[in-house]
Amino acid sequence: MKKELNLVVNGESYNLWVEPGTLLVQVLRDELGFKGTKRSCDSGSCCACTVILDGKAVKSCSILALQANGKKVLTVEGLADGANLHPIQQAFIDNWAFQCGFCTSGQMMAAKALLDENDNPTREEIQRAMDGHLCRCTGYNMINEAIQDAAKRLRERK
Amino acid sequence: MKDIIFDFEYLTPKTLKEALELLSKYDEGECKVIAGGQSLLVLMKHKLITPNYLIDIKGLSDLDYIKLDDKQGLKIGALTTHRAIETSPIIQKEFTVLSEMEQNVSSVETRNWGTIGGNVCHGDPGGDPTPVLIALNANLKLTSLKGERTIKAEDFTSNYYETALQHDELLTEIQVPNLAPNTGVKFTKFSQIAGDYANASAAVSITLDNKEICSDVRIALGSVAVAPMRAKKAEDILKGKKISDELLAEAGQIASEEASPTTDAEVSAEYKKELVKVLVRRVGKEALERAKKA
Repeated sequence: MKKELNLVVNGESYNLWVEPGTLLVQVLRDELGFKGTKRSCDSGSCCACTVILDGKAVKSCSILALQANGKKVLTVEGLADGANLHPIQQAFIDNWAFQCGFCTSGQMMAAKALLDENDNPTREEIQRAMDGHLCRCTGYNMINEAIQDAAKRLRERK
Repeated sequence: MKDIIFDFEYLTPKTLKEALELLSKYDEGECKVIAGGQSLLVLMKHKLITPNYLIDIKGLSDLDYIKLDDKQGLKIGALTTHRAIETSPIIQKEFTVLSEMEQNVSSVETRNWGTIGGNVCHGDPGGDPTPVLIALNANLKLTSLKGERTIKAEDFTSNYYETALQHDELLTEIQVPNLAPNTGVKFTKFSQIAGDYANASAAVSITLDNKEICSDVRIALGSVAVAPMRAKKAEDILKGKKISDELLAEAGQIASEEASPTTDAEVSAEYKKELVKVLVRRVGKEALERAKKA
């Protein structure tokens, strides 16, 4: 039986009815069209579907949409300010931190959650925050460097 | 894509009492409790669990707390997230081993949403919290409409994904007694990638008297039996003695004989036995060092 779901995604309120078994990632992608959030392993093992829920990075494939009722979601679409990329996005580009890009939205959302809490993380702190994210293309060094670079850009912007 | 493809009714009790009333209203097998769901949803996607009613207790904020009392010890509400335990200054200072263990439970994303109570009730023999809670001699408070009871963490898990929790009960609190003076506790797991389930894990707690004789010791093992287990024969080897490297090696050998692992997708039973031998020796040594400095 469908239930009502209220969700704020990237600052906009949405109201819809969903089956209880619907995962948060399904609502974001299939109901609301935020296809920047990727589905990959679907079993909570790869972090590609990471979004920020009430300030915390979570796996949207491992949460029922109804469990997010009344909460605020930030997806990769909410990072840029109009045509201006977010410093994390620009740092990922400038540091060659992706190739195919499939894991990148999840990586950037985890980086955002980390940098919101800690504006100057060490290399090791970045590794710890990102250790669930699987990337099959770049190796992880460039991602780490991109996040350090993004942290620097964000600090300078303050 | 792996979706949840069966119908069920989703219930969100607002209080613990409401949750318990729902539990007692439905038959066993008809309903299931979800907290963070980080393990449960995978089982539901694979239709290994197909409840008609899903009772979501994640919103019961009364069960989300960390309290430390000089006399009664540490109390953790069952719905406290892994991440809250990991980052709690009180736990980092007074029960360091719990925070260290949490650092390697899956990934930050899982720890932000998953709860310690859900993990313990999931009853996976390879889970990380239960062996540490066993080494810390923790009790679990179980609550039903009939009242409350406590059970030792070591008696809670009985088999793969089976626990002592009755159908009408919820795990509500984890109670960890204050550490005795001169006690050191350490946990290590061996896994294929960071944050993965353990192929084998060991938690060791050692208490020394004023002559550095081992007055108490608890050794808990994960992922090497149908449930987290204590290696009591290995403990007996250490108790009442001044612990040396040789004695720890002997304890590791005995613990390895006590373990009854099965081969899993990653490593063989034989390899797990070898892991126990090494882990108990190494983790025991680190616990000993901590006890000397405590």
